[in-house]
This record gives sequence, C-alpha cells and structure tokens, in this order.
Amino acid sequence: MRKWQGLGVFPKIAIGPVYVLSLRASIIPTDKISDTSAEITRFENARTQAKAQLHDLYQQALAQTGEENAAIFEIHQMMLEDADYLESINDFIKNEKYNAAYAVSKTSEKFADLFSQMEDDYMKARAADVQDISNRLIRILCGKEDSLAPLQTPSIIIAEDLLPSQILLFDEKYILGFATAKGSVNSHASILARTKGLPAVVGLGMKWLDNCSNKQTVILDGQKGTFITEPDETSLKQAKKMLLEQEEESLQLAALKGTPDKTKDGREIKLYANVGSLSELKEAFNFDARGIGLFRTEFLYLDHQDYPTEETLFETFKQAVQIAKDKLIIFRTLDIGADKTVPYFNLPSEENPALGMRAIRLCLTNPQLFKTQLRALLRASAFGNIAIMYPMISSLKELEQAQNLLEETKQELIKEKIAFNKDIQTGIMIETPAAALVSETLAPLVDFFSIGTNDLLQYTCALDRQNSALIPFTDLHHPALLKLIKMTVDNAHSVGKWVGICGEIASDISLTETFLSMGIDELSVASPHILRVRRAIQQARIDK
Amino acid sequence: MKEFTYTIKDPAGIHARPAGILVKQAMAFKSTATVSKGEKSGDLKRIFALMALGAKQGDTLTIKIEGPDEEQAAAAIEACLKERL
Repeated sequence: MRKWQGLGVFPKIAIGPVYVLSLRASIIPTDKISDTSAEITRFENARTQAKAQLHDLYQQALAQTGEENAAIFEIHQMMLEDADYLESINDFIKNEKYNAAYAVSKTSEKFADLFSQMEDDYMKARAADVQDISNRLIRILCGKEDSLAPLQTPSIIIAEDLLPSQILLFDEKYILGFATAKGSVNSHASILARTKGLPAVVGLGMKWLDNCSNKQTVILDGQKGTFITEPDETSLKQAKKMLLEQEEESLQLAALKGTPDKTKDGREIKLYANVGSLSELKEAFNFDARGIGLFRTEFLYLDHQDYPTEETLFETFKQAVQIAKDKLIIFRTLDIGADKTVPYFNLPSEENPALGMRAIRLCLTNPQLFKTQLRALLRASAFGNIAIMYPMISSLKELEQAQNLLEETKQELIKEKIAFNKDIQTGIMIETPAAALVSETLAPLVDFFSIGTNDLLQYTCALDRQNSALIPFTDLHHPALLKLIKMTVDNAHSVGKWVGICGEIASDISLTETFLSMGIDELSVASPHILRVRRAIQQARIDK
Repeated sequence: MKEFTYTIKDPAGIHARPAGILVKQAMAFKSTATVSKGEKSGDLKRIFALMALGAKQGDTLTIKIEGPDEEQAAAAIEACLKERL
C-alpha cells in the first residue's frame, strides 16, 4: 500500500481502476541503431498510425463537442506532415544513428524550445502541441497502448493535468473521479470536479504519476486529498464503508428534490445555482436549482480564438433561456482580466492583475465589447426570464456608466425595432469592500445585489486567493467579511432591493442559519451542493 | 514569380488554426511559396515555420510564389489571408 498526498477538491470517495490519460513516454530508449533505413520505415509506420488515431479523435470530438474543440486534432495531423519536423527526425536517425523514439524526443525538444522562447503566451503554449504529437509517436514506437482509447468501464482518470476538451472526450457515466499531478484547486480539473460533484485530488506530483499504471485498483479520497495505490484490506474495507454512506447520503438528498427551500419557521429563500456553460446549466436543473444566480459568460470568450459575434452570444443566451424555461437566469457580463487572459484581447501583463484591468473596468474601457454583450443579452430577454449583473463595481460612477451604456443599447434596439424585455432586472456583484461600504448609494440604481465572497474576502483581508501558501492565514468566516455582508443586506433592504450570495461561502452549511438571520434573500451555489444546502435551510429556525 | 504583401488584421495574429488552413491551401499547388516578416522568412507549406514567424496583428507579411500554377496559387492564398487573417 502506498498513500500519496495531494489537494482534495470535492469531498467524495471513489474506488476503482485507474485510467491513465496521455501517458508520458517517461522512459525513452537511447540505444543507437545500425539499420537506418529499417528504422525510418518503422518511424513512417508509426506516423501513419498516429495520423489514423488523430483522425479518429477528430471525428469523435466533432460528434461529441463540435468543431471548435475538434480542430486541435486536425492541426496535430498537419503538424505530423511538417517537413522541418520530419527532416529533423530523419537526420537524427540517419546521421546520429538514434533509434526512432529517441530521434522524435530530441526533435520534440528542439521544436518545443523554439515556441517556448516566443514572447506571445499563445505561441508559448504551442510547445505543448509539439510535445503532444511527439509523445503520441513515442508511445506507438515503444509499443504502449494509446491511452486515448475510448473509456469502457467506470474508471478514475489520472493525468499530468487535464484540459476541459480532454474530459469532453469521455462518456460521463464512466468517470468515477480524477486525479492530477499538477493543477491547483482553481484549475480546470478542479472546477469540473466541483460542478459535476465528482471526487478529485490535484497536485499529487510527477513522481506519483510515474508510479501509476493503467487498470490498477486505487482509492481516491477527495476529502483527505489522498490517492492510495495497492490498498490493503483494512483501508479497502473502510473506503467501501464510506462509499456506502456516501451513496446513502445521495439517496437521502435526492429525496429533497421538489421540496421547498423553506425554514422550519416558514421563511422561504431562493436557492439558485452558479454555472459557466450550457452543459452546467442543464446539470443545475437536474440538481433542482430554482434559478441561476450566476451565469458566468467567460466561456464564450475563452473557448474562442477571436471575439465572439453578437449573433454567437445571442444564440447561446437564447438557448440558455430555453433550457431554463421560465426560471430566472442572472447573466454576469464579462469578468475577464489579466489573471484570466484571452490571447486575442492583447492585454498587457500587469504587476497586480487582481487589482488591474479586469471585469467592468475592461468593459467600460472598451464600450463596444460591452455593448455587444448587452445587445445579445437584451435580445435574449425577449425569450425568457433573465437579469443582467455587472462584476467588480466599486464606485457609483462605474455603475452609472454601465447603466448609461445599457440605456443607450436599449434605445438603439427600440430604434431598430428589435424586441426585448423593457423591465429587465439589473444588479451588481458586491465583491470589493468599497462596493459594500457604499452599497447605500448603489442600491437605488439596481434591482439586486449579489455578494461575491471569494473576491470580497481576498480584497478585505489582502490575501491572494491563488496563493496556496496563504491558506493558514485565511479565515473564511472572518468577522470583517460577515460585517460587510450584513451591511450590504441592510442597505439593500432599506430601499426594497434583494440580496444574494454567489461566492463559495454560500454552500457553507455552518453559516446557512447566520445568512438567513441576516436576511439574505438568495443563495447561489455550485450544483452538487444544492440539495445539501436545501437540507440545511429546512433544518434551520430563525425566530429563536 | 508573384509577390504581394498582406497586413494581419486578426487580433490574435497567426495562431494555429489559420496557420493550418493557410498551409493546406499552399500545399494544394505545385508552386513554391515563401512568407517573410522582416528578417524572418519561412516556407508557407510548413506549419511550424509559419507559426514560428510569430506574426501579430499589424505585422506585414510578404508572400512570394513561384511555379507553374503561381497565378492561381497567389489568388487562392491571398483570398485565404483576407478571409482568415
């Protein structure tokens, strides 16, 4: 038995066989060969096989997730045709008498270096593509099975790191959980685990990955952040017991679907979900969300290689509205900045990205970018129940500017005789201490507030939330944070506006009763937490 | 020989996708095609060379095409640049 320690992402447990994604060809033979022409033929056969695999992957991705995600596999096929790349491999075989796998590995290093030295972040990331195609060739040359073969039994997926497009290649019902060598609690794999409610452990280290092999049975514990290989009888028995309890709990929670979000003494609260894509939206309603308290629109920009058009945005928003039927969706306008970069935005790098050109600041600086979103949102409002929310507001002036641009956009639509909901609700995120402190002056201009506690805590306590070394200094229940929340609620209620919380603290059931007593009107949480929070609401009493 | 210049309008520059499409287009013809940006130049039929130019929005590329089908190749490549970049 061996126990590996990482960071737990979603507190659930899984027992099952390992499925290694993108096997690193860690041990590459360095022997020299004598028959160069035979080695070149061997390489050519591997190349043909690699292209066939990529062709299959392209078709598979195309059918499952569309052209956007599939394109990378087509580009990989073209890279396998590149004359410079092939020449370099052939030269290493002919002149240095390297075996084909070693020749590919040396060429990969050379080309990856070329890209990683470029200034542009996008181009730097292309080094990964070179490594990816090279690893594929090496795996074939070394006779390792291709790990991207379709998953057919429920497994725990492990990898160096996971890209969202890689996960999309799998049939969800076969994913028991995942574990990665790299990554943080904020990486793609982690976010995905939280939205799907899957156990996950990240940051296990490269040494862990080298020690894992396909099909071995392991225990993945997202609560403790551990990954146990070759588990002994005792730990297996214990894990099985926990798994049983976990299943029992899910059954109990599932019984709460359709029941009201009402306390023992009859106060009802809106229990909404946070989502970041159309598939997450569907997921939220499966977990019985009564509405969407935060619809992050960043995916529309991150998944593209150019600014999405108004039509693209509108089509997506309209689809969302149709999925939600008459339930409310609060769309947050673009929250992108120097920490979440999109290559085509060409944002200069900043000294303090968290305090930089992000979210509403970026939108007010580029009104056209902002108005395109507003037009698409307004047009979608003709088809269902939606609200617009601005992120990172910290002053009255910013809010006025945003509302003026919205008004301007409405007038344009009226002139063009395009339908939209004239009474569309607007709100803002309260995520800077400044916004909470002046919430009294902001409230009259909006219909609601939604408190983003992750950023609010980071800015109130001056604690970078991306820096794991600061965890010991972080108090998620800091009294300053709770005071700011209370102040925001009181200021909104005094002018008849409603207030929600959409930060991670909303799913902290030790605080549910506190929030209810403060008068919070809405809690918006990641979908897998909905039923757990519902239970906490139903068990709460506030008239004590 | 045909020669023309093109200034990139795409905010992302020559990223992987348009590079792939451009290479595919160039490969469809017998003529040789080279692309240069300032001092750097590369074969338009080679995707890594094209990407390694690191061409960004506002950069001007010079494209030279030579061979039996240079007329058609130049027209097709220029159209492709205009549409994609």
